[in-house]
Amino acid sequence: MNKMTPFHDVYSLISSEFLVAFRHRYEALNPLLFFVLVCLLFPLGIGPSPQLLNTIAPGIIWAAALLAILMSLSNVFRTEYDDGRLELMVLANHSLVLLTTIKLLAHWCLNVLPLILLSPIIASALGMSFDVQITLILSLLLGTPVLLLVGTTVSTLTLVIPQNGMLLALLVLPLYVPVLIFGTSAVNATAAGMSAAGPLYVLAALCVLSLTLSPFAIVSAIKIGVSQ
Amino acid sequence: MILQAKNITCLRGHRQLFTDLSFTVNSGEVLLVEGENGSGKSTLLRIVSGLRRPDAGEVVWNEQAITAIAADYSQQMVWVSHRNGINDSLTAKENIQLSISLSKSAVLNINQILERVGLKGYANTPVRQFSAGMKRRLALSRLLTQQASLWILDEPQGALDKAGIELLDNLITEHVANNGMVIMSSHHDVQFNNLTVKTCRL
Repeated sequence: MNKMTPFHDVYSLISSEFLVAFRHRYEALNPLLFFVLVCLLFPLGIGPSPQLLNTIAPGIIWAAALLAILMSLSNVFRTEYDDGRLELMVLANHSLVLLTTIKLLAHWCLNVLPLILLSPIIASALGMSFDVQITLILSLLLGTPVLLLVGTTVSTLTLVIPQNGMLLALLVLPLYVPVLIFGTSAVNATAAGMSAAGPLYVLAALCVLSLTLSPFAIVSAIKIGVSQ
Repeated sequence: MILQAKNITCLRGHRQLFTDLSFTVNSGEVLLVEGENGSGKSTLLRIVSGLRRPDAGEVVWNEQAITAIAADYSQQMVWVSHRNGINDSLTAKENIQLSISLSKSAVLNINQILERVGLKGYANTPVRQFSAGMKRRLALSRLLTQQASLWILDEPQGALDKAGIELLDNLITEHVANNGMVIMSSHHDVQFNNLTVKTCRL
Protein backbone atom coordinates (compact mmCIF):
# COMPACT_ATOMS: atom_id res chain seq x y z
CA MET A 1 0.00 0.00 0.00
CA ASN A 2 1.42 3.35 -0.96
CA LYS A 3 0.77 6.68 0.60
CA MET A 4 -1.91 8.92 -0.78
CA THR A 5 0.12 12.07 -1.23
CA PRO A 6 3.63 13.29 -0.52
CA PHE A 7 2.13 16.50 0.89
CA HIS A 8 1.29 14.72 4.11
CA ASP A 9 4.96 13.82 4.49
CA VAL A 10 6.10 17.36 3.78
CA TYR A 11 3.60 18.65 6.31
CA SER A 12 4.75 16.27 9.02
CA LEU A 13 8.42 17.03 8.30
CA ILE A 14 7.81 20.77 8.62
CA SER A 15 5.72 20.39 11.74
CA SER A 16 8.36 18.24 13.42
CA GLU A 17 10.96 20.96 12.72
CA PHE A 18 8.75 23.48 14.49
CA LEU A 19 7.97 21.05 17.29
CA VAL A 20 11.67 20.50 18.00
CA ALA A 21 12.25 24.26 17.88
CA PHE A 22 9.36 24.81 20.28
CA ARG A 23 10.88 22.36 22.75
CA HIS A 24 14.17 24.25 22.53
CA ARG A 25 12.57 27.67 22.42
CA TYR A 26 15.11 29.26 24.77
CA GLU A 27 17.92 28.27 22.43
CA ALA A 28 16.10 29.88 19.52
CA LEU A 29 16.04 33.13 21.48
CA ASN A 30 19.85 33.32 21.53
CA PRO A 31 20.37 34.97 18.12
CA LEU A 32 17.50 37.34 18.83
CA LEU A 33 18.89 38.35 22.21
CA PHE A 34 22.32 38.85 20.67
CA PHE A 35 20.82 41.09 17.97
CA VAL A 36 18.91 43.24 20.44
CA LEU A 37 21.86 43.57 22.84
CA VAL A 38 24.33 44.64 20.16
CA CYS A 39 21.90 47.20 18.78
CA LEU A 40 21.14 48.65 22.19
CA LEU A 41 24.73 48.72 23.49
CA PHE A 42 25.93 51.04 20.72
CA PRO A 43 23.85 54.08 21.74
CA LEU A 44 24.93 53.51 25.34
CA GLY A 45 28.56 53.37 24.31
CA ILE A 46 28.76 56.30 21.91
CA GLY A 47 26.20 58.65 23.39
CA PRO A 48 22.60 59.50 22.52
CA SER A 49 23.21 62.18 19.88
CA PRO A 50 20.32 61.71 17.38
CA GLN A 51 22.35 62.77 14.37
CA LEU A 52 25.17 60.34 15.07
CA LEU A 53 22.75 57.50 15.81
CA ASN A 54 20.89 58.21 12.60
CA THR A 55 24.11 57.93 10.61
CA ILE A 56 25.24 54.66 12.11
CA ALA A 57 21.88 52.95 12.73
CA PRO A 58 21.66 51.11 9.36
CA GLY A 59 25.19 49.77 9.77
CA ILE A 60 24.60 48.63 13.34
CA ILE A 61 21.35 46.85 12.59
CA TRP A 62 22.71 45.15 9.49
CA ALA A 63 25.98 44.09 11.13
CA ALA A 64 24.14 42.76 14.19
CA ALA A 65 21.71 40.80 11.99
CA LEU A 66 24.60 39.38 9.99
CA LEU A 67 26.47 38.24 13.10
CA ALA A 68 23.31 36.78 14.65
CA ILE A 69 22.78 34.67 11.52
CA LEU A 70 26.44 33.67 11.50
CA MET A 71 26.06 32.48 15.09
CA SER A 72 23.08 30.32 14.25
CA LEU A 73 24.74 28.71 11.20
CA SER A 74 26.81 26.10 12.94
CA ASN A 75 23.74 24.26 14.19
CA VAL A 76 21.80 23.98 10.92
CA PHE A 77 22.90 20.40 10.22
CA ARG A 78 25.21 19.79 13.18
CA THR A 79 23.00 17.62 15.39
CA GLU A 80 21.68 15.75 12.35
CA TYR A 81 25.24 14.97 11.34
CA ASP A 82 26.32 13.93 14.82
CA ASP A 83 23.43 11.59 15.56
CA GLY A 84 23.23 9.98 12.12
CA ARG A 85 19.97 11.51 10.94
CA LEU A 86 21.71 13.22 8.03
CA GLU A 87 22.54 9.78 6.57
CA LEU A 88 18.87 8.84 6.79
CA MET A 89 17.92 12.07 5.01
CA VAL A 90 20.28 11.15 2.17
CA LEU A 91 18.71 7.69 1.92
CA ALA A 92 15.12 8.96 2.28
CA ASN A 93 12.32 8.54 -0.22
CA HIS A 94 12.13 12.29 -0.84
CA SER A 95 14.63 14.34 -2.78
CA LEU A 96 17.36 15.76 -0.61
CA VAL A 97 16.78 19.17 -2.18
CA LEU A 98 13.23 19.16 -0.80
CA LEU A 99 14.37 18.07 2.67
CA THR A 100 17.12 20.69 2.69
CA THR A 101 14.69 23.40 1.62
CA ILE A 102 12.27 22.46 4.42
CA LYS A 103 15.11 22.58 6.92
CA LEU A 104 16.30 25.99 5.71
CA LEU A 105 12.80 27.43 5.57
CA ALA A 106 12.19 26.37 9.16
CA HIS A 107 15.54 27.76 10.24
CA TRP A 108 14.81 31.11 8.58
CA CYS A 109 11.32 31.34 10.11
CA LEU A 110 12.60 30.48 13.58
CA ASN A 111 15.93 32.27 13.78
CA VAL A 112 15.78 35.10 11.26
CA LEU A 113 12.18 36.19 10.91
CA PRO A 114 11.80 37.21 14.61
CA LEU A 115 14.85 39.39 14.16
CA ILE A 116 13.32 41.14 11.13
CA LEU A 117 10.02 41.59 12.97
CA LEU A 118 11.87 43.20 15.85
CA SER A 119 14.04 45.47 13.70
CA PRO A 120 11.45 48.32 13.38
CA ILE A 121 11.40 48.66 17.17
CA ILE A 122 15.21 48.81 17.32
CA ALA A 123 15.18 51.21 14.37
CA SER A 124 12.72 53.54 16.13
CA ALA A 125 14.89 53.43 19.23
CA LEU A 126 17.82 54.56 17.09
CA GLY A 127 15.73 57.40 15.65
CA MET A 128 15.05 56.01 12.16
CA SER A 129 12.08 57.53 10.34
CA PHE A 130 9.18 55.42 9.07
CA ASP A 131 10.06 55.32 5.35
CA VAL A 132 13.65 54.39 6.19
CA GLN A 133 12.35 51.57 8.36
CA ILE A 134 10.34 50.23 5.42
CA THR A 135 13.51 50.10 3.32
CA LEU A 136 15.36 48.45 6.21
CA ILE A 137 12.76 45.68 6.47
CA LEU A 138 12.73 45.19 2.69
CA SER A 139 16.51 44.98 2.56
CA LEU A 140 16.57 42.48 5.45
CA LEU A 141 13.84 40.37 3.84
CA LEU A 142 15.87 40.18 0.63
CA GLY A 143 19.32 39.97 2.20
CA THR A 144 18.94 37.52 5.09
CA PRO A 145 18.00 34.53 2.87
CA VAL A 146 21.27 35.10 1.00
CA LEU A 147 23.20 35.15 4.28
CA LEU A 148 21.50 31.96 5.46
CA LEU A 149 21.87 30.05 2.18
CA VAL A 150 25.48 31.01 1.47
CA GLY A 151 26.40 30.44 5.11
CA THR A 152 24.73 27.02 5.21
CA THR A 153 26.58 25.96 2.07
CA VAL A 154 29.89 26.71 3.76
CA SER A 155 28.84 25.30 7.14
CA THR A 156 27.75 22.04 5.51
CA LEU A 157 31.09 21.77 3.74
CA THR A 158 32.86 22.11 7.09
CA LEU A 159 30.58 19.61 8.92
CA VAL A 160 33.30 16.97 9.10
CA ILE A 161 35.46 19.35 11.14
CA PRO A 162 34.31 19.05 14.78
CA GLN A 163 35.00 22.58 16.11
CA ASN A 164 34.28 24.55 12.97
CA GLY A 165 33.01 27.85 14.38
CA MET A 166 36.11 29.96 13.81
CA LEU A 167 36.87 28.48 10.40
CA LEU A 168 33.27 28.99 9.39
CA ALA A 169 33.39 32.68 10.33
CA LEU A 170 36.62 33.22 8.40
CA LEU A 171 35.27 31.51 5.30
CA VAL A 172 31.83 33.08 5.36
CA LEU A 173 32.55 36.73 6.22
CA PRO A 174 34.11 37.68 2.86
CA LEU A 175 31.03 36.23 1.13
CA TYR A 176 28.77 38.32 3.39
CA VAL A 177 30.42 41.65 2.62
CA PRO A 178 28.51 42.38 -0.64
CA VAL A 179 25.16 41.74 1.08
CA LEU A 180 26.13 44.03 3.94
CA ILE A 181 27.24 46.78 1.57
CA PHE A 182 24.10 46.69 -0.58
CA GLY A 183 21.84 46.29 2.46
CA THR A 184 23.20 49.33 4.27
CA SER A 185 23.49 51.43 1.11
CA ALA A 186 19.78 50.83 0.37
CA VAL A 187 18.86 52.11 3.84
CA ASN A 188 21.31 55.02 3.60
CA ALA A 189 19.93 56.02 0.20
CA THR A 190 16.39 56.30 1.58
CA ALA A 191 17.68 58.24 4.59
CA ALA A 192 19.38 60.70 2.20
CA GLY A 193 16.12 61.14 0.29
CA MET A 194 17.20 59.15 -2.77
CA SER A 195 15.71 56.04 -4.36
CA ALA A 196 16.79 52.74 -2.79
CA ALA A 197 15.73 50.77 -5.87
CA GLY A 198 19.27 50.12 -7.15
CA PRO A 199 20.74 48.32 -4.12
CA LEU A 200 17.42 46.58 -3.44
CA TYR A 201 17.38 45.16 -6.98
CA VAL A 202 20.92 43.88 -6.50
CA LEU A 203 19.86 42.23 -3.22
CA ALA A 204 16.83 40.72 -4.97
CA ALA A 205 19.07 39.32 -7.70
CA LEU A 206 21.44 37.82 -5.13
CA CYS A 207 18.44 36.39 -3.28
CA VAL A 208 17.04 34.68 -6.38
CA LEU A 209 20.47 33.41 -7.32
CA SER A 210 21.15 31.85 -3.93
CA LEU A 211 17.59 30.49 -3.61
CA THR A 212 17.94 28.62 -6.89
CA LEU A 213 21.54 27.48 -6.70
CA SER A 214 22.58 26.98 -3.10
CA PRO A 215 20.15 24.14 -2.23
CA PHE A 216 21.95 22.06 -4.85
CA ALA A 217 25.33 23.07 -3.49
CA ILE A 218 24.18 22.22 0.05
CA VAL A 219 22.93 18.81 -1.13
CA SER A 220 26.32 18.04 -2.68
CA ALA A 221 28.04 19.16 0.49
CA ILE A 222 25.78 16.89 2.59
CA LYS A 223 26.63 13.92 0.37
CA ILE A 224 30.34 14.62 0.79
CA GLY A 225 29.81 14.94 4.55
CA VAL A 226 28.02 11.61 5.03
CA SER A 227 30.43 9.70 2.78
CA GLN A 228 33.28 10.23 5.25
CA MET B 1 16.86 -10.24 -5.71
CA ILE B 2 20.59 -10.35 -5.62
CA LEU B 3 23.29 -8.05 -4.31
CA GLN B 4 26.82 -8.36 -5.59
CA ALA B 5 30.01 -6.61 -4.63
CA LYS B 6 32.43 -6.74 -7.53
CA ASN B 7 36.12 -6.24 -6.79
CA ILE B 8 35.63 -3.31 -4.46
CA THR B 9 38.65 -1.56 -3.06
CA CYS B 10 38.73 1.03 -0.34
CA LEU B 11 41.55 3.33 0.66
CA ARG B 12 41.60 5.41 3.79
CA GLY B 13 44.33 8.00 3.46
CA HIS B 14 47.32 5.98 2.29
CA ARG B 15 46.11 2.80 3.95
CA GLN B 16 44.37 0.07 2.03
CA LEU B 17 41.39 -1.17 4.03
CA PHE B 18 40.54 -3.92 1.57
CA THR B 19 41.20 -4.68 -2.07
CA ASP B 20 39.37 -6.69 -4.69
CA LEU B 21 36.64 -7.74 -2.32
CA SER B 22 33.77 -9.63 -3.94
CA PHE B 23 30.71 -11.32 -2.53
CA THR B 24 27.17 -12.20 -3.47
CA VAL B 25 24.08 -12.15 -1.29
CA ASN B 26 20.82 -13.72 -2.44
CA SER B 27 17.31 -13.48 -1.05
CA GLY B 28 17.02 -15.47 2.16
CA GLU B 29 20.68 -15.13 3.11
CA VAL B 30 22.64 -13.41 5.84
CA LEU B 31 26.09 -12.00 5.19
CA LEU B 32 28.18 -11.55 8.30
CA VAL B 33 31.05 -9.10 7.97
CA GLU B 34 33.82 -9.99 10.39
CA GLY B 35 37.06 -8.28 11.19
CA GLU B 36 39.07 -6.58 13.88
CA ASN B 37 38.55 -3.01 15.02
CA GLY B 38 39.63 -0.65 12.29
CA SER B 39 39.57 -3.33 9.59
CA GLY B 40 36.92 -1.45 7.59
CA LYS B 41 33.68 -3.21 8.49
CA SER B 42 31.72 0.02 8.84
CA THR B 43 33.30 1.45 5.72
CA LEU B 44 32.35 -1.65 3.75
CA LEU B 45 28.75 -1.37 4.96
CA ARG B 46 28.67 2.33 4.05
CA ILE B 47 29.84 1.42 0.55
CA VAL B 48 27.20 -1.29 0.22
CA SER B 49 24.53 1.16 1.42
CA GLY B 50 25.60 3.65 -1.23
CA LEU B 51 26.60 6.39 1.22
CA ARG B 52 30.24 6.09 0.25
CA ARG B 53 31.73 5.26 -3.11
CA PRO B 54 34.34 2.53 -3.40
CA ASP B 55 37.74 3.60 -4.73
CA ALA B 56 37.48 0.82 -7.31
CA GLY B 57 34.86 -1.76 -8.26
CA GLU B 58 31.11 -1.52 -7.89
CA VAL B 59 28.12 -2.72 -5.92
CA VAL B 60 25.41 -4.25 -8.08
CA TRP B 61 21.74 -4.71 -7.14
CA ASN B 62 19.73 -6.96 -9.50
CA GLU B 63 22.30 -6.51 -12.29
CA GLN B 64 22.30 -2.71 -12.01
CA ALA B 65 25.02 -0.62 -10.39
CA ILE B 66 23.60 1.02 -7.27
CA THR B 67 25.01 4.38 -8.33
CA ALA B 68 22.79 4.25 -11.41
CA ILE B 69 19.62 3.42 -9.45
CA ALA B 70 20.44 5.30 -6.25
CA ALA B 71 16.93 6.59 -5.46
CA ASP B 72 15.31 3.24 -6.19
CA TYR B 73 17.96 1.27 -4.33
CA SER B 74 17.76 3.35 -1.17
CA GLN B 75 14.04 2.49 -0.99
CA GLN B 76 14.75 -1.24 -1.06
CA MET B 77 17.31 -0.99 1.68
CA VAL B 78 17.28 0.05 5.30
CA TRP B 79 20.46 1.26 6.95
CA VAL B 80 21.02 1.10 10.69
CA SER B 81 24.45 2.39 11.60
CA HIS B 82 26.11 2.48 15.01
CA ARG B 83 24.63 5.95 15.32
CA ASN B 84 20.96 5.63 16.05
CA GLY B 85 19.63 8.35 13.78
CA ILE B 86 16.90 9.38 16.18
CA ASN B 87 15.94 12.84 17.35
CA ASP B 88 16.46 13.27 21.11
CA SER B 89 13.97 16.13 21.31
CA LEU B 90 11.05 14.08 20.03
CA THR B 91 9.12 11.26 21.66
CA ALA B 92 9.41 7.65 20.54
CA LYS B 93 6.14 7.91 18.67
CA GLU B 94 7.13 11.14 16.91
CA ASN B 95 10.43 9.58 15.88
CA ILE B 96 8.69 6.62 14.30
CA GLN B 97 6.22 8.95 12.60
CA LEU B 98 9.16 10.91 11.19
CA SER B 99 10.89 7.81 9.87
CA ILE B 100 7.63 6.80 8.19
CA SER B 101 7.43 10.26 6.60
CA LEU B 102 10.92 9.82 5.21
CA SER B 103 10.14 6.43 3.70
CA LYS B 104 7.73 5.21 1.08
CA SER B 105 5.85 2.96 3.45
CA ALA B 106 2.24 3.57 4.32
CA VAL B 107 0.95 4.73 7.67
CA LEU B 108 1.45 1.86 10.06
CA ASN B 109 0.25 1.11 13.53
CA ILE B 110 2.92 2.82 15.59
CA ASN B 111 1.84 1.27 18.88
CA GLN B 112 2.19 -2.19 17.38
CA ILE B 113 5.72 -1.39 16.24
CA LEU B 114 6.67 -0.04 19.67
CA GLU B 115 5.29 -3.18 21.26
CA ARG B 116 7.28 -5.34 18.89
CA VAL B 117 10.61 -3.66 19.77
CA GLY B 118 9.79 -3.81 23.47
CA LEU B 119 9.02 -0.14 24.05
CA LYS B 120 5.36 -0.52 24.87
CA GLY B 121 4.23 2.25 27.19
CA TYR B 122 7.02 4.60 26.15
CA ALA B 123 5.25 6.09 23.11
CA ASN B 124 5.02 9.57 24.55
CA THR B 125 8.28 9.60 26.49
CA PRO B 126 10.92 12.00 25.16
CA VAL B 127 13.81 9.98 23.74
CA ARG B 128 16.24 12.09 25.79
CA GLN B 129 15.12 10.10 28.85
CA PHE B 130 15.78 6.74 27.16
CA SER B 131 18.70 4.52 28.09
CA ALA B 132 21.25 3.62 25.40
CA GLY B 133 19.64 0.21 24.89
CA MET B 134 16.16 1.70 24.53
CA LYS B 135 17.45 4.15 21.93
CA ARG B 136 18.95 1.20 20.08
CA ARG B 137 15.59 -0.58 20.14
CA LEU B 138 13.94 2.53 18.76
CA ALA B 139 16.55 2.67 15.99
CA LEU B 140 15.76 -0.97 15.18
CA SER B 141 12.09 -0.04 14.76
CA ARG B 142 13.16 1.44 11.42
CA LEU B 143 13.58 -2.14 10.20
CA LEU B 144 9.83 -2.54 10.64
CA THR B 145 8.69 0.86 9.34
CA GLN B 146 10.74 0.91 6.15
CA GLN B 147 9.55 -2.43 4.79
CA ALA B 148 12.71 -2.93 2.76
CA SER B 149 14.10 -6.20 1.45
CA LEU B 150 17.75 -5.52 2.25
CA TRP B 151 18.82 -4.75 5.81
CA ILE B 152 22.29 -3.33 6.37
CA LEU B 153 23.15 -3.36 10.06
CA ASP B 154 26.36 -1.96 11.50
CA GLU B 155 27.00 -3.41 14.97
CA PRO B 156 23.28 -3.84 15.64
CA GLN B 157 23.78 -5.45 19.06
CA GLY B 158 25.53 -2.42 20.51
CA ALA B 159 24.02 -1.42 23.90
CA LEU B 160 21.27 -4.06 23.65
CA ASP B 161 20.56 -6.31 26.61
CA LYS B 162 20.03 -10.06 26.37
CA ALA B 163 16.35 -9.71 25.54
CA GLY B 164 17.20 -7.03 22.99
CA ILE B 165 19.68 -9.31 21.21
CA GLU B 166 17.07 -12.04 21.20
CA LEU B 167 14.58 -9.59 19.68
CA LEU B 168 17.11 -8.69 17.00
CA ASP B 169 17.77 -12.36 16.23
CA ASN B 170 14.03 -12.94 15.92
CA LEU B 171 13.58 -9.96 13.61
CA ILE B 172 16.45 -11.12 11.40
CA THR B 173 15.26 -14.73 11.32
CA GLU B 174 11.74 -13.66 10.40
CA HIS B 175 12.98 -11.26 7.73
CA VAL B 176 15.25 -13.84 6.12
CA ALA B 177 12.51 -16.47 6.25
CA ASN B 178 10.37 -14.03 4.24
CA ASN B 179 13.05 -13.97 1.54
CA GLY B 180 14.72 -10.84 2.82
CA MET B 181 18.45 -10.38 2.99
CA VAL B 182 20.66 -9.08 5.78
CA ILE B 183 24.21 -7.77 5.75
CA MET B 184 25.58 -7.13 9.19
CA SER B 185 28.79 -6.60 11.08
CA SER B 186 29.26 -7.80 14.61
CA HIS B 187 31.82 -8.32 17.33
CA HIS B 188 29.63 -10.80 19.12
CA ASP B 189 29.19 -14.41 18.19
CA VAL B 190 26.06 -14.55 16.13
CA GLN B 191 24.14 -17.76 15.80
CA PHE B 192 21.06 -18.12 13.70
CA ASN B 193 19.25 -21.41 13.55
CA ASN B 194 18.24 -22.73 10.16
CA LEU B 195 19.56 -19.72 8.25
CA THR B 196 22.06 -19.56 5.43
CA VAL B 197 24.84 -17.44 6.90
CA LYS B 198 27.79 -16.42 4.75
CA THR B 199 30.78 -14.69 6.22
CA CYS B 200 33.07 -12.10 4.76
CA ARG B 201 36.34 -11.74 6.64
CA LEU B 202 38.24 -8.47 6.32
